[in-house]
Amino acid sequence: MNENSQPDVARTVLTGEDIERVLTRVAFEIIEANKGTEDLVLLGIPSRGYPLAQRLARRIAASAPTQLDPASLVGQLDITMYRDDLRHTTTRTPAPTRLPAGGIDGKVVVLVDDVLYSGRTIRAALDALSDWGRPRIVRLAVLVDRGHRELPIRADHVGKNLPTAKSEKVRVHLAEVDSSNEVVIEASA
Amino acid sequence: MTYLIRQASVLGGERADVLISDGKIAEIGTIPAAEGATVIDAAGMVLLPGLVDPHTHLREPGREDAETVETGSKAAAKGGYTAVHAMANSTPVADTAGVVEQVYELGRKAGWVDVRPVGAVTVGLGGAQLSEIGAMADSRAKVRMFSDDGICVSDPLLMRRALEYVKAFDGVIAQHAQEPRLTEGAQMNEGEVSAVLGMAGWPAVAEESIIARDVLLAEHVGARLHVCHVSTAGSVEIIRWAKARGIQVTAEVTPHHLLLTDELVKTFDPVFKVNPPLRREEDVLALRAGVADGTIDVIGTDHAPHPSEAKDCEWGAAAMGMTGLETALSIVQHTLVETGLLSWADVARITSQTPAKIGSLSDQGRPIAVGEPANLTLVDPAARWIVDPYAMATKGRNSPFAGMELPGAVHATFYHGHATVLDGALASPRVAND
Amino acid sequence: MKHLLSTADLSRAEAIAILDIAEEMRETGTREVKKLPALRGRTVVNLFFEDSTRTRISFEAAAKRLSADVINFSAKGSSVSKGESLKDTAQTLLAIGADAVVIRHPDSGAPARLAATDWIGLPIVNAGDGTHEHPTQALLDAFTLRRQLALREGVSPAGRGLDGLKVAIVGDVLHSRVARSNLWLLNTLGASVTMVAPPTLLPVGASAWPCTISYNLDEVIASGVDAVMMLRVQGERMRDAFFPNPREYSRYWGLDDTRLKALEANGDETLILHPGPMNRGLEISSAAADSPRSMVLEQVTNGVAVRMASLYMLLSGDLI
Repeated sequence: MNENSQPDVARTVLTGEDIERVLTRVAFEIIEANKGTEDLVLLGIPSRGYPLAQRLARRIAASAPTQLDPASLVGQLDITMYRDDLRHTTTRTPAPTRLPAGGIDGKVVVLVDDVLYSGRTIRAALDALSDWGRPRIVRLAVLVDRGHRELPIRADHVGKNLPTAKSEKVRVHLAEVDSSNEVVIEASA
Repeated sequence: MTYLIRQASVLGGERADVLISDGKIAEIGTIPAAEGATVIDAAGMVLLPGLVDPHTHLREPGREDAETVETGSKAAAKGGYTAVHAMANSTPVADTAGVVEQVYELGRKAGWVDVRPVGAVTVGLGGAQLSEIGAMADSRAKVRMFSDDGICVSDPLLMRRALEYVKAFDGVIAQHAQEPRLTEGAQMNEGEVSAVLGMAGWPAVAEESIIARDVLLAEHVGARLHVCHVSTAGSVEIIRWAKARGIQVTAEVTPHHLLLTDELVKTFDPVFKVNPPLRREEDVLALRAGVADGTIDVIGTDHAPHPSEAKDCEWGAAAMGMTGLETALSIVQHTLVETGLLSWADVARITSQTPAKIGSLSDQGRPIAVGEPANLTLVDPAARWIVDPYAMATKGRNSPFAGMELPGAVHATFYHGHATVLDGALASPRVAND
Repeated sequence: MKHLLSTADLSRAEAIAILDIAEEMRETGTREVKKLPALRGRTVVNLFFEDSTRTRISFEAAAKRLSADVINFSAKGSSVSKGESLKDTAQTLLAIGADAVVIRHPDSGAPARLAATDWIGLPIVNAGDGTHEHPTQALLDAFTLRRQLALREGVSPAGRGLDGLKVAIVGDVLHSRVARSNLWLLNTLGASVTMVAPPTLLPVGASAWPCTISYNLDEVIASGVDAVMMLRVQGERMRDAFFPNPREYSRYWGLDDTRLKALEANGDETLILHPGPMNRGLEISSAAADSPRSMVLEQVTNGVAVRMASLYMLLSGDLI
């Protein structure tokens, strides 16, 4: 490393505790928008949307008036095959899609992802979803909205709006897949 | 023209000046000057008798798109040759006096090397009926070597008759040893590589069983047998045994079988497709040892030019054969001289003297001595060159050595005293005196 | 991965990656909407110089489930029978706008040649070349074995090899591209292979292969194997004197009812595989082909998934 180069400047914007607090708020927003937990399905987009969906499902189940198994609310929706950049990047290995036992037909599906950026992932998720069934309503919950949309897509539930420069990278770390819980911004020096 | 070759190492031995005049070697020794002579500084170079190829495919008549007598004999001159035996598998087949005289005349008119037609053993290479062997021997082409090369004379009775018949004029049968039933559909050497590649195998025994049969036939009828392109260790063993028994058998090996192995087939590049096929490393080493101990008598190029479309295709559809005239001497130097197996005098024997004897060519393969016909090749053993098929005189681009760096370059070739090659480039053909 | 020509070219990681992707692809086949948009707008050419309806429709289904356009080019009745070369045919396909070529050819090495030359610069999938290789068949066989073992153990097949598995490949090994591709892949994945065949139907040089060779099917079955892979025996082999007659072949090297009982008597759960099409009564009895151990139809289903995975990997960049 020569003396002119600097390591990327990493700045923590959400701590583990912040993430917990934000998810609790989002869980309540989802229940409120749905007027309860009926017909609710949370579908996480791999790899970090899925653990977020699980965390939200636990909170939602806990607040339900009747006994509710969080596993019955949550699933995973793989979008690899629906991406519009397959020819331009390295090959991505698809992940399994797992839907809750009740399926998604006629349900209120909340797509869950970690970061909303260009909107292309969500576009792919909407396409993927329609191949699995016909939900009554589809909503979108994200932990972080960093802006720079390239498609007419917006989130219904946002954990934190985070103004960023395009050159910056937003990294979400979740204990389920990473070693820590935090959201950091890396500015390429 | 008069040429004074200065300080050449004659047959790799002592240095001498050699004066060529009126088509003959006029003087050898220390020659201060010669009036009107073109002087060639040959310090560091080796002077050999002009090379004689017992096995060339010139393709004319019939496949002039692949090669003509003219382009093939130019390639021969460039490779240091002063005589080639043109194989009989042209279209029409060289099975009559008319065809062999045509090829002979084309060679004479081209003027680069002696073109000695080989006559077909059987009509149309059909393996059924002897061709007009006597008429070809009596023709102006004076054919002495007969071969169905490309196809084996597999009928034992027909082979016996052919061996017997050519005794009348001291002819020789050059056999392409390949048992046909054992090689139906064969694509490559049968062994570990063919097992992996899933290609129909050409087993060594298909060659060896025919050679074993033929040497016994030659012994029985007291005739001369020449075995073309020996390719296996087992064949070397059998010929060694036959020679020890006193059988009149001579054997030939190609340059490519002295260097390349069937591992190359893994590329699926048809430039490596040849008949007999490239064999194993053990075979290559046995062939070299066979040349070194005299079991194998001569180098035959089996020069087999093909048009590009015959090789720019998948393996199964490709033609068999490789070019060889312009690389032969370099491969001999690389595989036999630089490995310490042969001296340059041995090289003269296997590339010139013995092939001339087998083909009964009276003015080729002669000693380098005053009064002898000046069929000579001057080779620069220190030179190195990278094989470029597109820089060759042959029409064929199918050299398996393409891209390889090889030692030794032909600096000059003298054909009856006329320089067909000078400074490593084609000079001019010799104008025949009618 | 640029081409899929031979299983010998695949590393363990690459092979497992293909099998893992195929698992996801197979799930798609169980959905109501079986199509994925991954290869939308791309054109896959099935270039078949040899009749093989089964392999062609499997590749066709695979490409179509990935939303690729498929052009089927069969040598019969085409310009190939008028003497057009492989080179010209391939370049014609390039000019038409193909993005990948799936090739079946009677000559060993033809797909490798197509990949190695500058004729076309497209990804090539070997769908069977002569008696050389048939890599997607080996991949679907490995996929089938891996999936069955995982189901039996109640675990996910993802990420696993075939370590310790004992597989017998039985029949016309000499002329079998399936046997060769399976040999390399099974070894790469950690399985051990026994080739069982009459000596006339084993290539000279097979002794150097990473497998055990046996002439006795009963001994191999008695020694206990996890799977037997029966190879198709073609009728013309009899005419060429590879064996005396079908009855004798069947008696010594066929998976007949007696041997099926021997498998059952062993008590273990030996699987039966066959690449198809089967010669019932020759290399395999109807009872064996239709037994619960038989994976024949499962292999067909899995073939589509493995070919989807292969096309996806070739047409979407580099995984490893």
